[in-house]
Amino acid sequence: MNVHTRTLLTVICEAALENKLVADLQRLGAPGWTLSDARGRGSRGVRSAEWNTEGNIRLEVICARELAERIALHLQERYYANYAMVCYLAQVEVLRAEKFQ
Amino acid sequence: MGFDPVVMFFVFGLLAGLLRSELKLPPALYETLSIVLLLANGLHGGVELAEQASPALLGQSALVLLLGLTLPLLAFALLRSLRFDRVNAAAMAAHYGSVSAGTFAVVVAYLGARQVFFESYMPLFVAILEIPAILVGIVLAKGVSRDTQWKELGREIFLGKSIMLLLGGLIIGLLAGKDAIKPLEPFYTSMFKPVLALFLLEMGLIASSQLGTLKRYGVRLAIFALLMPLLGALIGALLARLMGLSLGGTAMLATLAASASYIAVPAAMRLAVPEANPSLSLTASLGITFPFNILVGIPLYLSLAETLIAMGL
Repeated sequence: MNVHTRTLLTVICEAALENKLVADLQRLGAPGWTLSDARGRGSRGVRSAEWNTEGNIRLEVICARELAERIALHLQERYYANYAMVCYLAQVEVLRAEKFQ
Repeated sequence: MGFDPVVMFFVFGLLAGLLRSELKLPPALYETLSIVLLLANGLHGGVELAEQASPALLGQSALVLLLGLTLPLLAFALLRSLRFDRVNAAAMAAHYGSVSAGTFAVVVAYLGARQVFFESYMPLFVAILEIPAILVGIVLAKGVSRDTQWKELGREIFLGKSIMLLLGGLIIGLLAGKDAIKPLEPFYTSMFKPVLALFLLEMGLIASSQLGTLKRYGVRLAIFALLMPLLGALIGALLARLMGLSLGGTAMLATLAASASYIAVPAAMRLAVPEANPSLSLTASLGITFPFNILVGIPLYLSLAETLIAMGL
């Protein structure tokens, strides 16, 4: 099997940011992304998603390492100070390299 | 007369939450209930408005808009005097200058049950009161700063869910008129109270979860969250007398001025003033002011209206 290494960027943050993040990803040239609802607990307390301002999303992007770092840096500069947000990078193997540039 | 069963549903939710019961309503149901309530109030208002529209409404709307600009300034001054920092005071002022559509639904049911007449166009005032406080709050927090993205924010504020539903219902009701709306009447007659009861059950559960965080913020927050609705109610009631509203209308405008937003404003403030602590505003408006208005405030504001009218105001 012919596999290629790409970077998976996962962002977990307040649902309030969804529209802004999607606009950012489009502008920075992400090849695609997956959004899902999330619940959990972090340094900003329980984020139970029971109330609309407590809603959380998980955003996943698979792309080239360089782009993933650029997006992560942008998020850190723009949102870390005032919003509940974590993001992390991981190496993943994909079958169709051209889909995840 | 016995306790109002609709209000008892709220107390039930509050107790279940405080006892840490497993009871939970699915979030989608809460969303559905609030949509039905807003639409029902809009429709009802629209149908009645078709029957009794008057040119005086224009001047009254302008006065209500003015109320929406004044309340957040007053709340801001009060919060600053309680030594809240500027950003948090501004964000909270926006919540308290705006209105709670849930509280509005309860006062509609309360006056309806007592057969107290009120002006039909009240839903229009709810929509008018929702917006200006948000703008005042943002300006108080940041000044008129260039990096505020007004276009994006404007969409969020003016096309928000509650305004859309209220105005949409109002216009449909207005265009359809009393006869054509007959098949939809259950929205605001037989269906209204069951939906409101379920909605209040969920609000009780939510309010109890906010009470947990109250300890963290202490007495100053509680003082503000109890004082501001009383002050707002007084101003709202006096303005209503000036506008020549009925007894029911006076009680209702007082309630609207006393209520604090917990849906539209938190979402807008989170984006516009992210430095503000969102749980401070939510604890005050959901944990204290909403229960206060439901349990104590609304009957109080009705007797305030009665007193003012008896005094010849």
